This record gives sequence, C-alpha cells and structure tokens, in this order.
Amino acid sequence: MKKVGRAIVLHERDNVATMLNDVDSGEEIEVISQHGTFKIKALNRIPFGHKVSLRVIRKGERVVKYGEVIGVAVKNIQKGEHVHVHNLKSMF
Amino acid sequence: MEFQGFERENGEVGVRNYVAVIPTVGCANEVVEEITGRVNGCKALLHHQGCCHIPSDLETVERVLIGWGRNPNVAAVLLVGLGCEGVSIDRVYDEISKSKKPVEKIVIQENGYRKTVEKGVETVKKLLELAKESKRENFDLSKLTIGVKCGASDTTSGIASNPAVGEAIDKIIENGGTVIFGEITEIIGAEHILAKRAVSSEVSEKILSSVKELERKVRSLGIDLRGCNPTPGNIRGGLSTIEEKSLGAIVKGGSKKIRGVLEYGEKPTSNGLYVMISPGREIEFLTGPVAGGAQMILFTTGIGAPQGYPIAPVIKICGNPRTCSRLHEHIDVDVSDIITEGVSVQKAAERILEKVVSVASGEKTKAELIGYDKTVDIYIRGMIL
Repeated sequence: MKKVGRAIVLHERDNVATMLNDVDSGEEIEVISQHGTFKIKALNRIPFGHKVSLRVIRKGERVVKYGEVIGVAVKNIQKGEHVHVHNLKSMF
Repeated sequence: MEFQGFERENGEVGVRNYVAVIPTVGCANEVVEEITGRVNGCKALLHHQGCCHIPSDLETVERVLIGWGRNPNVAAVLLVGLGCEGVSIDRVYDEISKSKKPVEKIVIQENGYRKTVEKGVETVKKLLELAKESKRENFDLSKLTIGVKCGASDTTSGIASNPAVGEAIDKIIENGGTVIFGEITEIIGAEHILAKRAVSSEVSEKILSSVKELERKVRSLGIDLRGCNPTPGNIRGGLSTIEEKSLGAIVKGGSKKIRGVLEYGEKPTSNGLYVMISPGREIEFLTGPVAGGAQMILFTTGIGAPQGYPIAPVIKICGNPRTCSRLHEHIDVDVSDIITEGVSVQKAAERILEKVVSVASGEKTKAELIGYDKTVDIYIRGMIL
C-alpha cells in the first residue's frame, strides 16, 4: 500500500501545516483543514511534527501558524517544502 | 449544557463536597496528616510555606490559604496552626468565614500533638456531618471556573491536545464560564500576541509587564529564558522559533478576549478568560487557579503527567497515541485520533466538553481514582529567611 503523508492546518490564516507522520520527498500529503482536505506534494523528507509550506512564501514574508506570525522566511519557500530553522527565523 | 453541583451559602457551586484540613504553616503538616488519615472523606492540603517569608510572599501564602478555604468544592474547613507562624490564622479564619461556610481552627502550641489530633478528628467528623447535608442540583456552565495547564508536553501537545482544549474552553466561555491560564514562562515569545487579545490597554500592558518582570528576575541570576528557546530538543521536534513554541502552549487558552491579569491565587472578578501570574511547575501552578476559585483543571500532556489535586478534579487530555495506550490509567480524554485518523480539533473538543460536564457532576478522574492527588505547594518568589 502506498504510504500517505498527513498534515493538519491549525488555523484558517496559516500558510504552513504540521505533519502528523513522516513523509518522504515526492510523496503526497493529505492536508486536513477546517474546510476539508486537499493534497500537496512533499518536496523534501519532512518528519512528524515539522512544518510543510502550503503555498509559495517569499523571502521576507511572514510565516503563520495558529493564525499568528511565528517568524519570517529568510529564503523563498516553495509549496510543499519543509519549513524549519533553515528558512524561517524568529522576529525577536 | 448543565452539570450537577453543590450550591454553597454564598451562591457559588462546588463540583466536589470536601472538608478541607489546611495547615497554616508547613510545621503543622504532621498533625494534619494524622487527622486526615483517621477520618474518611476529608482532604489535607499539605504545603511547606507560611513562615519566614518576605512580606509579599507572606501575603501570597495568606491569599492562597484563604482561597483554598473559600473554593466552592470545599464545604467546610479546619485550619491547623502551629501558633508562632508568620501567617495570621485569625485573618485566614475570618476571611474564609465571610463565605458563610463552617470554619474551625486549632493551634498545636496550645494543645500539643495528641490533643490537637484528637480535637481535630472530632471537629472534622462534625464538619463532615454538616457537609453531608449538601446535595447535587443542576447548574449551567456559568457557575464553572476552570484552570488550564500543560505539563510533560511533547510535539503532540501543540498539534492535538492544546488546540482541542483551546476550542473547548472557548465553548465554556461562550456558555458564561470562567477560565484561568498562566505559566508566564510559557508565554515568553508570544506575549505580544496575548497582549493584542486584552480587553483594555491596561490589561495588555499588564500582560507585557508580567513577562518583562519574570525575564528581568531570571536575567539577574544570569539566565536568558528567551535566548535558550527553542531548545535543541524542541528544534528536533519541529519547532523553529520561540514564537511557535509559546503559541503551541498558549493555544490551550483558546481565542477569547483576555479580561484581566490575576495575581497568583487571586479570584477573577467576572466571567471570561484570565491570565494568572504563575509558574510552570505543576505543584505550584495548580494551586494558583484553585485558590482563585477554580473547581476543575484541564491539563494537557504529551509524555504523561499523572498529578491531580486534593480539592479539585484534574482532567488529563493527551494527543500522543503511545502515551494514551501505555498510560491509559492516567489519561481521561484521548484525543490522539487527531493525529492517527485526522479527526478534527473541533470534534475532539466536544469530547473534552462532555468530560468536563460529567466530571463536574461527580464522575471521578483517573487521578482521583488512583489517589494521585496529594502533592501541592504555594508559589514563593522571594527567599526563605
């Protein structure tokens, strides 16, 4: 059986989702949001609990989770890309 | 939505019906343990404070002792003092009496161990008879004050249990209830977000200053709380920034407006959502909302925190499937299907709300069933002199 990645969107304003399991590069992720589910393709290996981008986030743009700003993108981020300390920095 | 509780003389409603035996100072603990060990149905609130504090801490301890006694889960109170402690047993007695519930006091230095125990046992038996007269009746959720806490957290806390509890407490507030959360250490990095949710600029300023004040104190000891977060373990778990980490914790506080910032152990003046100045450690944190009148606690955990509280049921909510199966004897609400089956946070919140109503109406929590509910303390900020 083909493994399915799964991620959850915690607020409707969010531009990232959080992985509910591990996903490998190239695999599909089923994204669960308040308004139903949709699919995106993982561009990297993304572990459980880590974030995946739901759309293109440009360098300098804010990353939003829980409906709030959790930091700023320090690189351009593609849809389906792993979002973590390598491309996201705190605003403090 | 209604629950069945015990109405007190002053109109407040308890979800339990205890006789509380409260030492006014840690030196009275032996006597309190002996009394409560000899009579079924009473609860000891053993702690280690009450003497040799700086004045502001002494004030906090008195506020907590009064708040414990006035908590609506408590039908009647026996205070046990040593006699020479810094806390004024008379003041505590008078303040609890204002709630119109029966209060008695005994002092060890006037009687000695054996006689105090004997008198204490007699008094508690008499108070238990009085407590038995209270019967459960129906009340709506506006009579509930609930404390919220997370402990032994992991990645699942920020994804499943905390968001689900946040949804549930939004519903409780919509139904007229009162909710207290706190743990100022957990707010660092997200205080600007909480401040935006304050009802007034005054409350907003108070949220920011409580964080600043804590950071200043800790920095004076050479520790930078902001700089050391997220920890390497947090980063491995997927947390990228301090904002994200703190948001994952404060999401359990839901999304409603913040009505005020409470001192540790202070009672809210109206319904709605409050932040209490309080530490993260369980034994001291839980005392804060309970002394502030909370009848119950919603407590999320990832790895598995077992503790309850002597006079208030603590409902454990967990989103980690492994913990839920391995530690099922400690977990009251399993919300791990958010992770394993993609169940919505809203659906999980409904289950939490159902549990709140049934526990408020008398269903025992896992911690109550085991009796994992004896260790408490009072948050002291200054030195012990």
